[in-house]
Amino acid sequence: MYHFITGPLLWVSFAIFFIGTLTHVVLYVKNLDWELDRVSYGAHTLWGIRGALRSICLWMTPYGTRSWRIKPLYTFMFYLFHVGGVLVPLFLSAHGVILKSRWGISLPTLPGFVADLLTVGVMIAVVGLSIRRCIRPEVRALTSGREIGTLIIAVAPFFTGFMAYHQIGGGNFWTLAHILSGEMLLVAVPFTKLSHMVLFFCSRAQIGMDFGIKRGGMKSVGMPC
Amino acid sequence: MPEGIFCNKQPVETKERLHEVLGDKGGAKYYKEMESLEVDVPALKALLKTSCKSRLKTWLNGCMRCGLCADSCFLYIANDKDYRQVPSYKIQTTLGELVAKNGEVDTKFMIHCMDVAWSQCTCCNRCAIYCPMGIDVGVMFSYLRGILFSQGFIPWEMKIGSGMHRVYRAQMDVTSEEWVDTCEWMAEETEEEWPGLTIPVDKKNADIIYTVNAREPKHYPEDLAHAAILFHLAGENWTVPSEGWEETSLAMFAGDWKAAKMQVESVYAAIDRLKPKRMVVTECGHAYRATVTEGPYWAGIKDGKPPVESLHYVEWVAEALRTGKLKIDPAKKIKEPVTYQDSCNYIRNAGLADDVRYIMSQIAEDFREMIPNREYNYCCGGGGGLNGIGRYRKERNVGLTVKRDQILATEAKLVITPCHNCWDAIRDLEEVYHIGIRWSFLKPLLVDMVLVPEHLKHLEA
Repeated sequence: MYHFITGPLLWVSFAIFFIGTLTHVVLYVKNLDWELDRVSYGAHTLWGIRGALRSICLWMTPYGTRSWRIKPLYTFMFYLFHVGGVLVPLFLSAHGVILKSRWGISLPTLPGFVADLLTVGVMIAVVGLSIRRCIRPEVRALTSGREIGTLIIAVAPFFTGFMAYHQIGGGNFWTLAHILSGEMLLVAVPFTKLSHMVLFFCSRAQIGMDFGIKRGGMKSVGMPC
Repeated sequence: MPEGIFCNKQPVETKERLHEVLGDKGGAKYYKEMESLEVDVPALKALLKTSCKSRLKTWLNGCMRCGLCADSCFLYIANDKDYRQVPSYKIQTTLGELVAKNGEVDTKFMIHCMDVAWSQCTCCNRCAIYCPMGIDVGVMFSYLRGILFSQGFIPWEMKIGSGMHRVYRAQMDVTSEEWVDTCEWMAEETEEEWPGLTIPVDKKNADIIYTVNAREPKHYPEDLAHAAILFHLAGENWTVPSEGWEETSLAMFAGDWKAAKMQVESVYAAIDRLKPKRMVVTECGHAYRATVTEGPYWAGIKDGKPPVESLHYVEWVAEALRTGKLKIDPAKKIKEPVTYQDSCNYIRNAGLADDVRYIMSQIAEDFREMIPNREYNYCCGGGGGLNGIGRYRKERNVGLTVKRDQILATEAKLVITPCHNCWDAIRDLEEVYHIGIRWSFLKPLLVDMVLVPEHLKHLEA
């Protein structure tokens, strides 16, 4: 069982994740249409790159945009979720050991307590974001099973990883659950809203180019944030 | 009844049809017929297949439903934060459903889409700058309007508006002869006071070609006279075209992309014919959006730029003040508190906020900014065609309360509105809510406060 889920199943999961996300990016770019979108992507390349980078960087900066600043609590939960969500899987020392032993890839690793704190942060953020979805009418109206499902799939590897790391209950059970939920996350990315992992960059780059090239970017700083 | 006499899938293309549709006052029969207008599902599917590509699909599917767009929408605020006014909700329950069902929808659904597309979104694009995913619901509603137009589900006034452009190449029934007559009339009227002033028609190789909103020759010809006086005082070498003089595009509001293309190409043809160095657009936001920002794409110009450098009127004024072509008499600056309505179309969507601030610093002693302002300003409440649609007057008036409260907070009694839509909305706002304000374009204010160069001093009576 362990060998299967850490062997073929892991390979399949990674393959689906990488091929799926790459397909998303390729199709997104390929299907951009300057006439339908009414953005001359190819004619003002430098203005477009400037707009795209500005848009991506400002929105990745905590409180870097007006939208983030006017919702400080939401923004805090958002970054708590995303910073931990990205850093922990990539730089957890246990993951680093596997990467090194299997593929010889050596990545810097987070100290255990930092990874632990970030993991707890992810779980708290998910609880906070879920409560917000329930109590804010404007978000509740937008929420369907897809949003709840996405949150559960996203947080499952963190919860199970936390339980396994701290040997709470059956350590072996939580380790298996952690690997399986991690694989579920990888497989889910291309097929669910988790595809925003790559489409966020595509979409932000596009709107940044739109404002940068066409909607004022050449006459002012471009898209306001 | 698959197609009505008034309400059908055919655009209005002749004067006779225009008069017939106009004859149905308020669109009473038109909307009655719409209830029986059948959806052409195969055509709808085909349109979705060719036009709903990666950007739109990603916007629809990639919306994380976080709700950050809610507070960005003035209609959500004006309607007591009703969740049905959240931009994401509005687009997902209309275009989102239409795409999810691949066009398998019925008449009732299409009428619902029409009501949402024209009464619950003014395409102000404010939500786009609040969305972490960069989703522009205004652009999506504009796309939806195009789909609805192709199926005949558009408000009566929009059908007429697009028909006007198809028949007259203007949003109103103003012919080229009437336009040129108005220019001659205004030149004669104005020349009495300003010797040497002319309104040159079809002058080749001028520095500036000036293009207008058809409402000006139709209803406010003095606006043209004011423009002429200011160009005269600034010493500009300018002209107006006898054809291709209309900048606006109700076709854009209607989603009639074919008519939008015809309209803008008439302006570009005038540019090709007269070879001016630059174009100046009158004080109209959507006219600038249609002819300078979107128009090149409708006309198939690959670099997305109009044939010559094109300026909104505020850009020309700012330039004339900066270069000293126009000088303001310090004694005649506006003394009272005054505020400015940042138009969505040339501020948020074209980046001209700084030019406006420069103008205000030159002409006003007590300029009060609305909050929020510049690119973050709220729509006037009547943009995107909403001002002109009788069916949605109540919804429009509710939406105006946000602008009303913004203006009241400035304590200014004068609102400068260099945009026809904003001007109308704020006029109507005063008529509905009686808050004791005045509103004005820039031109009449400038005419009264610019210094007249010695060699142009008009004859004393």
